[in-house]
Amino acid sequence: MSASREKNNSKCFTVSKMAVLKVKFTKSKRDKLAQVLWILNWVSVVTGIILLSLGLFLKVEIAKRRELLSDRQLQVVPDMLIAVGLIACIINLLGGKICHDCVDTAKYLRWKLLMLPYTICTFFFTFCILVGALMCYNMRGQLESSLLAGLNDAIRYYKDTDTPGRCFLKRTVDVLQMQFQCCGSVDFRDWFQIQWISNRYLDMSHKEIVQRLRSNVEGKYLVDAVPFSCCNPSSPRPCIQQQVTNSSAHFNYDYRREELNLWRRGCCQALMEYYSQILQSVGLTVLLIWLFELSVLTGVRYLQTAMDNVLRNGDPDSESDGWLLENSLAETARSNFNIIKNLGKCNRVDTTDDDPNIDIPSTSQEGPGNLPAKLIPATS
Amino acid sequence: MVLMKMKFSFQKRVKLAQALWLLSWVASIGGAVTFTLGVFLKTELHRRSEVMDNAEIHAVPNTLMIVGLTSLGVNFFAGRMCQDALDASRFPRWKGLLQPYLAVAVFLALVMLVAIVMSYAMKGSLEASLEVGLRNGIRFYKDTDTPGRCYRKQTIDQLQMAFQCCGNTDFRDWFEVQWISNRYLDFNSREVKDCIKSNVDGHYLVDSVPFSCCNPSSPRPCIQHRLTNDSAHYSYEYEAEELNIYVRGCREALVSYYMGLMNSIGAGVLSIFLVQMSVLVSLRYLQTAMEAVAGQENMEMETEGYLLEKSVKATAKEFRDKALTLLQLNQEDTMSGGRNPDALS
Repeated sequence: MSASREKNNSKCFTVSKMAVLKVKFTKSKRDKLAQVLWILNWVSVVTGIILLSLGLFLKVEIAKRRELLSDRQLQVVPDMLIAVGLIACIINLLGGKICHDCVDTAKYLRWKLLMLPYTICTFFFTFCILVGALMCYNMRGQLESSLLAGLNDAIRYYKDTDTPGRCFLKRTVDVLQMQFQCCGSVDFRDWFQIQWISNRYLDMSHKEIVQRLRSNVEGKYLVDAVPFSCCNPSSPRPCIQQQVTNSSAHFNYDYRREELNLWRRGCCQALMEYYSQILQSVGLTVLLIWLFELSVLTGVRYLQTAMDNVLRNGDPDSESDGWLLENSLAETARSNFNIIKNLGKCNRVDTTDDDPNIDIPSTSQEGPGNLPAKLIPATS
Repeated sequence: MVLMKMKFSFQKRVKLAQALWLLSWVASIGGAVTFTLGVFLKTELHRRSEVMDNAEIHAVPNTLMIVGLTSLGVNFFAGRMCQDALDASRFPRWKGLLQPYLAVAVFLALVMLVAIVMSYAMKGSLEASLEVGLRNGIRFYKDTDTPGRCYRKQTIDQLQMAFQCCGNTDFRDWFEVQWISNRYLDFNSREVKDCIKSNVDGHYLVDSVPFSCCNPSSPRPCIQHRLTNDSAHYSYEYEAEELNIYVRGCREALVSYYMGLMNSIGAGVLSIFLVQMSVLVSLRYLQTAMEAVAGQENMEMETEGYLLEKSVKATAKEFRDKALTLLQLNQEDTMSGGRNPDALS
């Protein structure tokens, strides 16, 4: 029966037996698929909104510490997630409308030409979601290097509360160290290596201070002291901030054994742990959304091919085939490559080309909605 | 003399019942919200319970939670009643219950109002409780080796950092208390010995504050020790210095925080109270309008609804008499032990 139908088909093409994952669709099955896809498209709109909010959340989290994370490249991932989320909403709203109309063949004719571009767009944007998820996991390395550089700078400019542009760094670092329970970039010894007490508050007439300045090569006032924000409230004794390494300067104090006095963790590690957690959860959510979108894409492809075949057969209530790819993967790749090649050729009327499949004057047959014309296989 | 009489046609009664049903749902949600607000307030108060001497202030969230739960039940019944109200055959079974139900419901709504008033009235009690709690916290700051007090230091430090405050009334409270434990004082040092000798009780008092009083917004590294001594630090003036440490006292900070919280909660509960009262008023009108219909042949006739059959005074007197007779009845029962309760109407 289907063979005779094929013979009657004016477009004279044969269904390749090598279609990838072919499934037969009765009218009721098609309708059910259309309805399921309609619901799934609406769910996809919700997941698109979730993607959007995840992107915004990530953007806000990075913006909160923008004084420490100055790398512009870090904005790429959240921006991408926001863009993909927006596109998801738009595409899936359109898809919902299309799938809703697929049940009625008359309405479907409106969307006929749009179906294949819609499927291709969905394929690309699903691919973008995957890229977004992978970039999330990849972002960690970039974040770490940016954070290290930012923290080192912040600690270096801690004392510059009178320099415009840096006057809030002291507050930022203090609040950061108290909130994340950390001290210094790698650990508290970072504070020993830079001058964090401004010269404005150093009595230059004092002998000890002058001596210390002289003993340093660059003329910096380096002490083994840390700011108050490094203090650990859980310590049983009042915080020892000055002369931290000098065990004899304080009564009943052993620098090597003391663990609770100051925060031992470095802020780089603390912030990386915090951001890693966020990135992992965001990445996982985006991956799950990608899997969901993949299933929607598969359904849409099947629906598109089934509806196309119904239209070819002429009878709206008949059975039709649906598939993922009409020919095998290699064939499809080759034919698509030919399309692209011939698209270029079509722009210049090439009389030397004697390929009977190409109708040179009319470009309409080159359109993506007209697959049958291209898939004239080498049966011929 | 009927109180606030209103005429109700059949259509008006139907509309009233529908509006009441919707309102009862809104009021149920309001009751749930009240309960949630009570739980939230209780959690917030509990978080800082270590610096509060007594738990009197917990009466406010407890009341809110009880009222929220009971209003769920009250509004559920209101919804059921208004569903049955338009059906003359089903309405009579509610007849006996409505009067006590309305009395209880009005009482509970008033309790809601009382809770709001309490939250403002108990400000003084909260402040007194915090005064004592913070004073003890500061006094026992150094006792990190005494069981039961070993976490006071951590609590006070975290409190001062979170609320950006220092001391009880202000930072000078730290000057009056020995907050550095003797375990960390070198008694061989001249300075320590002088300091202890000069104090009557033998306490080591200094004009220093803990690190948690330091203000991160200060442009210079924090000055904690020898605060009142201008010459001890370069380019430092004790009187003019504002950003070095927090100037606000923790009592003031906590009271303003909790008052702010209770103000916003009070505003929300007030609007829920208004919704609840409108439910009860509508229910009363519906009840009285339907009672006039009962037993009549024409179900769709116009009836009158009112709030109170007699004036307020007369109703109050009647209510009081009923309550007294009920009480007397109970007393006689317990005294004689088994008299027939049907003797009184």
